[in-house]
Amino acid sequence: MKRRDFLKSTAVFVSGAVVSMSALELLDPGEVLAQNPELRWGFLVDTLKCVGCGMCVKACKIENDIPLDANVTRTWVERYVITKDGKVNADTPKGALNGFTSKLIDQNASGMKKIPDEDITQAFFVPKLCNQCSTPACVQVCPVGATYQTADGVVLVDRTWCIGCGYCIMGCPYGVRFFHPVAKVADKCTFCYHRISNGGNSACAQACPFGARQIGNLRDPNDPVAKAVLNQRVGVLRAEYGTKPNVYYIGLSKEVH
Amino acid sequence: MKGHVWRPLYVVIGLVACILIFRMFYVPSDFGIQERGYTFGFHRLSNEQEWKEFPAKYKGTAYCAECHTENSESIVNSGHGIISCEDCHGAAFNHPEDPEKLSIDRSRDLCLRCHFELYMPSSQRNDLPGIDPKTHNAGIECVECHNPHNPSLEDM
Amino acid sequence: MVEQLAPMLVHGEIWTVKDLFVLPNEYVYWAIQIVLYPYMTGLVAGAFVLSSLYHVFGVEKLKEIARFALVFSFALLPVAMLPLLLHLMQPLRGINVLMTPHFTSAISAFGIVFMAYACIVAAEIWFVYREFIVSSIHRLSAKTDRSAYEGILLRIYKLISLGAMDTSKKALGADHKAVKFLAGLGIPVACFLHGYAGFIFGSVKANALWMTPLMPVIFICSAVVSGIALCIVCYYLFMGLRKWAARRGKNYFLPDGIAHGSSVVDYDHLRSVQEHEVKMTSKYLLIFMTLALTLEALDMIFRGYTAVKSWDILRNVLFEHDYVNIFILQYGIGNILPFIMLLIPGVTVRRAALASILVLFGVFMMRWNVVIGGQAFSLTFNGFMHYHMPIIPHDIETFKEGLGGALLVAVSPFVIFYFLNMIFPAFLVDKEEAHH
Repeated sequence: MKRRDFLKSTAVFVSGAVVSMSALELLDPGEVLAQNPELRWGFLVDTLKCVGCGMCVKACKIENDIPLDANVTRTWVERYVITKDGKVNADTPKGALNGFTSKLIDQNASGMKKIPDEDITQAFFVPKLCNQCSTPACVQVCPVGATYQTADGVVLVDRTWCIGCGYCIMGCPYGVRFFHPVAKVADKCTFCYHRISNGGNSACAQACPFGARQIGNLRDPNDPVAKAVLNQRVGVLRAEYGTKPNVYYIGLSKEVH
Repeated sequence: MKGHVWRPLYVVIGLVACILIFRMFYVPSDFGIQERGYTFGFHRLSNEQEWKEFPAKYKGTAYCAECHTENSESIVNSGHGIISCEDCHGAAFNHPEDPEKLSIDRSRDLCLRCHFELYMPSSQRNDLPGIDPKTHNAGIECVECHNPHNPSLEDM
Repeated sequence: MVEQLAPMLVHGEIWTVKDLFVLPNEYVYWAIQIVLYPYMTGLVAGAFVLSSLYHVFGVEKLKEIARFALVFSFALLPVAMLPLLLHLMQPLRGINVLMTPHFTSAISAFGIVFMAYACIVAAEIWFVYREFIVSSIHRLSAKTDRSAYEGILLRIYKLISLGAMDTSKKALGADHKAVKFLAGLGIPVACFLHGYAGFIFGSVKANALWMTPLMPVIFICSAVVSGIALCIVCYYLFMGLRKWAARRGKNYFLPDGIAHGSSVVDYDHLRSVQEHEVKMTSKYLLIFMTLALTLEALDMIFRGYTAVKSWDILRNVLFEHDYVNIFILQYGIGNILPFIMLLIPGVTVRRAALASILVLFGVFMMRWNVVIGGQAFSLTFNGFMHYHMPIIPHDIETFKEGLGGALLVAVSPFVIFYFLNMIFPAFLVDKEEAHH
């Protein structure tokens, strides 16, 4: 008994000493954050609230210097119209930069498709943006380390180092990457890193009148986004690719992926 | 002339040395493996700061309200109170210095983003009042009749 | 704020036609140059493997073509890099691949494997030609009335001899050993060089058509096939030229000094050499073709049988969208037809060369169908993208990523070979061999 007590107290002492010793070693706040991250940016999209106005797309393009008339975008909104025969019709004209101001479904080379209202069983909008995956496939395939993930989980592109091979564009399962028409390097949604890092909101979330888009800290239990992810039924896109996306969706439907 | 077989190897070693020396000057000193490890965090560290310093264009409703008190209060209790000022008035940039005046988007196209009538069951779009622009007072700006800061039809 | 700027074309927009539901950022980003890139690396690897068949495995029958294949492989080397550089949006930063390689990416290996491979091939050529270099230095130095061209040649030889002038039996024996070692080392590196080109595609999990572990193996097999085929075709062409010249008493593709001194350059001799070499080589071509075809068939059968989520759209791409490209052009004209041509007994040189041209076309179509076909469908699985290669360039981008760039890549190896052949005559015959 005595011996066991001795071992026990020794164990307590040793572990306590280790804890206090490690407490003394904690000097660099950056290191602390890395070991025990308190910040992990996440995004919540409430598809039930989205009305497809496309203000988010416009705001994003202006905020992030993506030419408005260039046919690429960091975020976009998709429209899904499902008819009685079970057919899924989807489009995203210009990424919904100007919203959806037509009943016709844009089928690109196949022209515009007219669907009579009475054939529609359900129809809804789904905003899309970079998922800032926890294991981003795009970063893994970058040959030069030009794209990377920050400690708080945002995937960025170093515009001075990118060689423009397009491998990351190919590697992304969500199609969020593109070549910036001016910078001539790979570009993608940054969650408005310049805004959120300085206490602001992302431009798209700020522009959304209906609160369909929210950005928050997934590690903060009091954060509205973290709360929703914890307490509500949320889904993610294309989980089968194993990239562990951090954009969560409320009201996701099986037609959307 | 012994050991001539190793000469190509010396050339290769010299070549590699040249590349490594060049690398020392070429690669920025803060380029390396950061928090997320080699797979996800191999990058030039100062680039993070560069992105943080990217200039913001949208300043937010609170920024507008600092000066335009009256205007910002007029909209608050209306149906349009949920819309951010800059959605219609344009991004503030460095207003009031640059630009001194923002160009307001008064086009029908802007209003139609929400108020074009679409049949969207299972979407909140269906709850918004919608029109067909071809039949609803075509050719007139919406703001001629509707006050965007107080769109209530009773107050028209 | 909505200023009307001039329409801004995004990279890829000009040659992509979208159909049905395609995401806004989706274009055929990897176009003709990325088709050519594995094609050219494949030719390099294949040509090298062919030359190694003689050097390592001692297939004596391939002796003549082995030397040619080695030099031609070296001529192809810089060209394997060219498509990548033409494709990059920031070609000047291409060096970054060597400076900060991120090895979790298949492309990052390119810089290092490519360099290593180039060194191995260069060193092998050095050992193979060392005796010739030394004798050329002696020959040219002895000459009193050197022309300017010969003067330059002499300087080049002196430089690349690296000062190793020993041509004693012992030294030459050491050379021979080194060649054998390098050729042996070169085979896995060549396979790696090309296998990882397959890995570049096979590892993209976002692309349903590309993602298969068989991709690197398929790429290696088709690389060897294309490399051998190219060697047969070029050997046929160059030998044809030399035969044509031999009848006029000239000797093309060999330095005058040697050519005049040797009596072997007669028409009949060239013809018998060529016939023998080409027939032998085409046997190896058949073996590797069988392997490549089997693997590709296995891949397709497996996809159809397992029929995962992406199979619906893949089936659509394979059997409708790209049917002609895949089944008629690639498998029909590019694989099965030459296969039959080579299989029918009594193969002639001309038939083998013709079959090889078809094989080259078939492998090119295979690359095309992988690269372009992989981007023919949208990530939504509900839309398609059609690729229209720019034919007439109207700016630098449509040149680089169009027919102009493709032709530039196709022609460069021959230009390089022409100059390389001046230094390392690819049709050189060993002295003791020449007088048999």
